[in-house]
Amino acid sequence: MEYMITNYTEPSTDGPAPGTPEFQEMMGAWMAYNQMLIDGGHWVGGASLAPADTATTITIASGAKTGTTDGPFAETKEQLGGFYLIEANDLDQAIELAAQMPVGTGSLEIRPVAFRPDAHNR
Amino acid sequence: MIDVALSRLARDDGPRVLSILASRYGDLELADDAVQDALVDAARTWQRDGAPDNPGGWLMTAARNQATDRLRKRATEARRVAERGAELLERQLPADAGGLSMIDAADDSPYPDDERLRLMLLCSHPALADDAQVALTLRLVGGLTTDEIAAAFLVPSATMAQRIVRAKRKIRTAGIPMSMPTEIDARLGIVLGTLYLVFNEGYLAHGPDTDPIRLDLMSEALRLTRLVAELSGGHPEALGLLALELFSKSRVGARTAAGGGLVLLEDQDRSTWEIADISEANDVLAQAMEQMQPGPYQVQALIGSYHANARVAEDTDWPAIVGLYAQLDAMDDSPVVTLNHAVAVAMADGPLHGLRMVERLEGLEDYHLYWATVAELHARAGQYVEAIPAFEHALQLATNADEREHLSMRLTTTRAAAALEANNGRTH
Repeated sequence: MEYMITNYTEPSTDGPAPGTPEFQEMMGAWMAYNQMLIDGGHWVGGASLAPADTATTITIASGAKTGTTDGPFAETKEQLGGFYLIEANDLDQAIELAAQMPVGTGSLEIRPVAFRPDAHNR
Repeated sequence: MIDVALSRLARDDGPRVLSILASRYGDLELADDAVQDALVDAARTWQRDGAPDNPGGWLMTAARNQATDRLRKRATEARRVAERGAELLERQLPADAGGLSMIDAADDSPYPDDERLRLMLLCSHPALADDAQVALTLRLVGGLTTDEIAAAFLVPSATMAQRIVRAKRKIRTAGIPMSMPTEIDARLGIVLGTLYLVFNEGYLAHGPDTDPIRLDLMSEALRLTRLVAELSGGHPEALGLLALELFSKSRVGARTAAGGGLVLLEDQDRSTWEIADISEANDVLAQAMEQMQPGPYQVQALIGSYHANARVAEDTDWPAIVGLYAQLDAMDDSPVVTLNHAVAVAMADGPLHGLRMVERLEGLEDYHLYWATVAELHARAGQYVEAIPAFEHALQLATNADEREHLSMRLTTTRAAAALEANNGRTH
């Protein structure tokens, strides 16, 4: 089965600056996580997103665009930071894989993929 | 006679067959539908022909036939859509057609009835909501009908049916497996929590229009707790919960006053406590503690045993109970545990010591027993003026009929005591 893991975290304002050893260490943890997914045959796709204040929300009604606004539609401290698409046997394995993601604090939403047009026949 | 046989078939053999089919076909809904159809069939044919010699074997065969029928229909359907039907059928039909032999099939699992334990763990998967865990456990593991569960929890049948359908759909769509989890202790903890919830709902039912004590729910919870204890090969916490429930059950008859209302532990007629329950609980608890793996249910059962084995209230070893609550507090960081701890301290060292602990608690403002405790401790310390508003608050929040009766009685006596004191103050 395929699952999408979306991570909701508080954007780090005082995170390590690029070029510092701390930054290297943080990136290293993410690279290692990605590699673990690839090596285990779990990697399908994924991306890290720019902060939520760069987002644009459009609203649609009856199939037509009715509005374009700045920012995300909900005001919460935790925002969508990125996502992974993974392949796992079942929910227990998906939970196990998600739990290893090197996020500090936040929540991860795990949802089965219902349909993906570009999915290969597995 | 047939009705008894059918009821036993639904509650005992039904869930067993369901667990086997669900694990063989990897499809909970298919297995559930097949068992339900077979039970309907049993009700119809047994009335006419009488019960078969081996009801469990009969049900296994009937349910498996229902399942293969359904799969064939599904495959035909699928073939119509794509030419993959035959492959699907081949993959999903188990090779074994040995009927009852499946039930007794030995495998290398350390658990006596591995499939049924896995079904139980599945129903209490943390990815399911609490109320869904309870409903699924009673329905699929306990073999109760949706109507029976709805009646037990005072919700419309349609609501309960919807809840069960949603939970089954989540299991299928989210891919929740019926596998043996690696962290068995934690998962077993959720199963036990689910059963304790059912037991407590029976022990102290909510709602103004319900019986204050629901023996049906208590006995279902007890039956299933016995089953988990057996299926888990005597896991110490499962035995701990079983002992705890038995200690509580032993006092059920003494807890309600003749004219209604709750009788506190210290005022109960201990000669009416069920000796058989107490002595079974003592044995079960001993088996648990022999394993030297302490846990919250064992500690609570041990507290229960100190009460159950004190012949008169004055014999209660409160200092020992205080020590056990301190252990429980360390295991379970819940304000409700601390509240009970405070009550034990009050009994051991006096109400003011208990009050000091209670006043430090946070997050229990909506819990009627918090206010009832504050009120009772003030009253016992002779602080009637402080006790009255707390009793009033508790009465506003309480929903169990026996508890409400008790609280309003205490409110009346405390008001009288306060008035008497004020009167004495004026005359002296």
